[in-house]
Amino acid sequence: MIGDNLPALIVVIPLLGAVIAPLLGRGQGPWWLATVVCSTVLALSGLLLTRVLAHGTLSYALGGWVPPIGIEYRVDRLNALVLLIVAAISAVVTLYARLSVAKEIAPERLRFFYSAYLMCITGLLGITITGDAFNLYVLLEISSISTYILVALGRQPQALRASFNYLVLGTIGATFLLIGIGYLYLATGTLNMTDLAVRLGEMSHNRTVRSAFAFIIVGASLKLALFPLHAWLPNAYTYAPSAVTALLAATATKVGAYILLRFLFTIFGLELSFATLRADVVILLAASVAVIVGSLAAIRQDDVKRMLAYSSIAQIGYIALGIALVSVTGLSAGILHLFNHALMKAALFLALGCVAYRINSTNIRDLHGLARRMPWTFAAFTAGGLSLIGVPLTTGFISKWYLLRATIERGWWPLAIIIIVGSLLAVVYVWRVVEAAYFHPPAESAKAIHEAPAGLLLPTWALVLANVYFGIDTQLSVGTATAAARALLAAAGGTP
Amino acid sequence: MIAALAVPLVGALLIVLAGRKPNLRDAVTLITATTLFLCVASLTPDVLAGARPRVALAQILPGMSVALAIEPLGMLFALVASFLWIVNSVYSIGYMRGNRESKQTRFYAYFSIALAATIGVAFAGDLLTLFLSYEVLTLSTYPLVTHKGTPEAIRGGRVYLGLLLSTSVGLFFVAIVWTWQLTGTLNFTTGGILSGRASPLVAGILLVLFCFGIGKAALMPLHRWLPAAMVAPTPVSALLHAVAVVKAGVFTVLKVVVYIFGLEFLQGNGAADVMVYVAGATIVIASVIALRQDNLKRRLAYSTVAQLSYVIMASLLLVPWSVVGAALHIAAHAFGKITLFFAAGSIYTASRKTNVSQLAGIGRRMPWTMGAFAIGALTMIGVPPTVGFISKWYILLAAMDSAHSLVVVVLIVSTLLNAAYYLPIVYGAFFQSAPRTDLHGEAPLPIVAATVACAAGAVLLFWLPGLPLALSWDIVGGAR
Repeated sequence: MIGDNLPALIVVIPLLGAVIAPLLGRGQGPWWLATVVCSTVLALSGLLLTRVLAHGTLSYALGGWVPPIGIEYRVDRLNALVLLIVAAISAVVTLYARLSVAKEIAPERLRFFYSAYLMCITGLLGITITGDAFNLYVLLEISSISTYILVALGRQPQALRASFNYLVLGTIGATFLLIGIGYLYLATGTLNMTDLAVRLGEMSHNRTVRSAFAFIIVGASLKLALFPLHAWLPNAYTYAPSAVTALLAATATKVGAYILLRFLFTIFGLELSFATLRADVVILLAASVAVIVGSLAAIRQDDVKRMLAYSSIAQIGYIALGIALVSVTGLSAGILHLFNHALMKAALFLALGCVAYRINSTNIRDLHGLARRMPWTFAAFTAGGLSLIGVPLTTGFISKWYLLRATIERGWWPLAIIIIVGSLLAVVYVWRVVEAAYFHPPAESAKAIHEAPAGLLLPTWALVLANVYFGIDTQLSVGTATAAARALLAAAGGTP
Repeated sequence: MIAALAVPLVGALLIVLAGRKPNLRDAVTLITATTLFLCVASLTPDVLAGARPRVALAQILPGMSVALAIEPLGMLFALVASFLWIVNSVYSIGYMRGNRESKQTRFYAYFSIALAATIGVAFAGDLLTLFLSYEVLTLSTYPLVTHKGTPEAIRGGRVYLGLLLSTSVGLFFVAIVWTWQLTGTLNFTTGGILSGRASPLVAGILLVLFCFGIGKAALMPLHRWLPAAMVAPTPVSALLHAVAVVKAGVFTVLKVVVYIFGLEFLQGNGAADVMVYVAGATIVIASVIALRQDNLKRRLAYSTVAQLSYVIMASLLLVPWSVVGAALHIAAHAFGKITLFFAAGSIYTASRKTNVSQLAGIGRRMPWTMGAFAIGALTMIGVPPTVGFISKWYILLAAMDSAHSLVVVVLIVSTLLNAAYYLPIVYGAFFQSAPRTDLHGEAPLPIVAATVACAAGAVLLFWLPGLPLALSWDIVGGAR
């Protein structure tokens, strides 16, 4: 019974958690609830992935209503992998949140924080699992609105402005998506993704469909923060509480990439997306600029948190670049980097959160000489940074390997150069932090600083080790990503 | 074989654990170094007998694994590096204590990791494993270069890391991925893997990417990291920046030329000729720069840049003689240059002198050190009875064999230049008089002993070149 209802449980459990959390009072109750919920979801999504890998795509009719009348939850390799990422990262971040959030958020707000937190995760999981376009929009709004709340809970007053900014842009993006989905409904009379894909097959010259395509791609790119639609991201990441930043960086943008993949490949198909409307050219251009501009902007930041935020924009560029290469290798590279980047960015933001926990600042000048006081924290940061650069034996290397292969395979040398330049720029911004922390003499006030508590270090190191592990044993990541890429391309109309 | 990789890593761990007790820690370093050498040496007879053991460690990507495999060239490199590590450890202990350097535990630990990476480079079974070890070597030596933590050291570290990482990621890595794309394998194979799979133009481009991408080979204009690395304590300059790191570079070039391209496949490719001339130009220009350096370690560093290009030039002459010469020169230069650096560190420890112009008459106060220095210098110049003569002889034969008359000229000019920047130091040290204010004697015993041992090695290898020669000939199939 549980086994059959797996897809529904993955969304329902955190949703119930979000409702119950505020009732649990001011103590640690809400946190315990979140921990239990997130670890259950992680276990379930692991189970789901093994099932999908063993038996192929799963279809689940929500409430017993047969699709396309009811809402269908549809799990294939791609979203099973994304579900696992979201579930795993949120489980680790929840463990981390207890100390980190308790320090950054007033105790009387804690229960509401965890409620919004679980709601956000509900939304992200739901977007990923659903097979219904309108349902996707609803869940997108659920996750977005709870994200605005989470960002606004940041300590500094700027958090409010960052949240408002995100609210405005996020709403525009969601509205675009809604308009696009509405047009699709108008043109085809269905909201079920599988149905849409079938009916859209012969409608590539329909203007309504084409406008829908434009609206949806822009809306999804906004959620993904693809250049030049990234304006909301730096402030939101910088001013949100540490744990929230890690969660958002590792999951929210990844789900955005998933939406893009789903619409481009499964729903619209290769013919419409790439042969007729040439979305690949647009995305390639945007992604290339994102890699370079994001990295350059990262170098210029003094706030390390903001630096990592700009680095995220560049890394999102890599993901989009892989997607827009529209080949098995390229698509695998994109999906792979989606997985790998979630691991490395979460590790980096958590390590930075350890610093913020001790010194209440993330400015690079305040990090001077801190590596001696907080050796484990900075070792974690450096390891995450090496992964970001793409040093062998880390996940970053595997991503770079596939991305580069995909570009060389096509003979697109300018893109190969952009990928390489992006990694070299990553060396520069990572090393600025390393030099500051390891080589500059510490300030007088830094003498009294101690290593971060184990409650923060353990989750951080779990992610760092995951970065190394998936840099060596790539069976899960590469295997699933390649299989998902093949399936996506096959379903979208063969290899171009 | 795995033991050879594991020993220095375990050693690093033990060093950290023993960090509080300096004597224990230094003993661990010595034991680790000796164990490593024994491990490596125990593999030698099998390799000489023709065995080519191979172990796969992990499957990283479909069809691609991290694997160790021993062939004669790697064996030679590993032997040289692990043997000199023992000597270097003795020296380090004298030097680090003599100069009261701080954070010695960290120093020895990273040193061990760097050696593990070096063994990884030497025994790599495919390009991916080699690249991986190569990068670990860069990263593990960075803390050694910046050991002193001064602004100057940080600047040097920046150049070091920046140049090495940008060449390896920007060129080397691209070349590897491209090779994989063309051939679907990265295994080192006798006769090469690219033959028949890459057009001459693509092969030429790949060769250029490899030669410059392997930044550790210090081909001009990408040599700047090597002088920058001289801010490190002398044992680091000696073992890592005269032996392990730089040799890892030229070793990789040689290995790629022999086992990825294949000698025959490259013959007649214009790019190989171009790279021969780039290497030749590097030799001459670096020697001229060396002539003008007053800082002793910088002079040695530029001399290394020039000597490394000997190996690159020789490997690209693409005849069996030249490969043997290149392989031998890796060993010959290692013994000679480590002696010179040891002597430089010995001088610094005893007298705090760092410049060539201060060395007048120092030979009378430090006869052992300067005697060893003289032998090291003769090795660099290539005078018998030092091992430098043998390798140069082979390279010269190869140049004549392949009718590269310009290479012969480069060899002659460079020999003269070498003489011009080394012999005045030796002459001044022994035959000029020192200022009366100098009251120092020899450096501490471990330092002097290690220095003399290396010099003796350089002479001994001239008389008994059997082992390195046998290994070198094995690379090209044993046809003497």
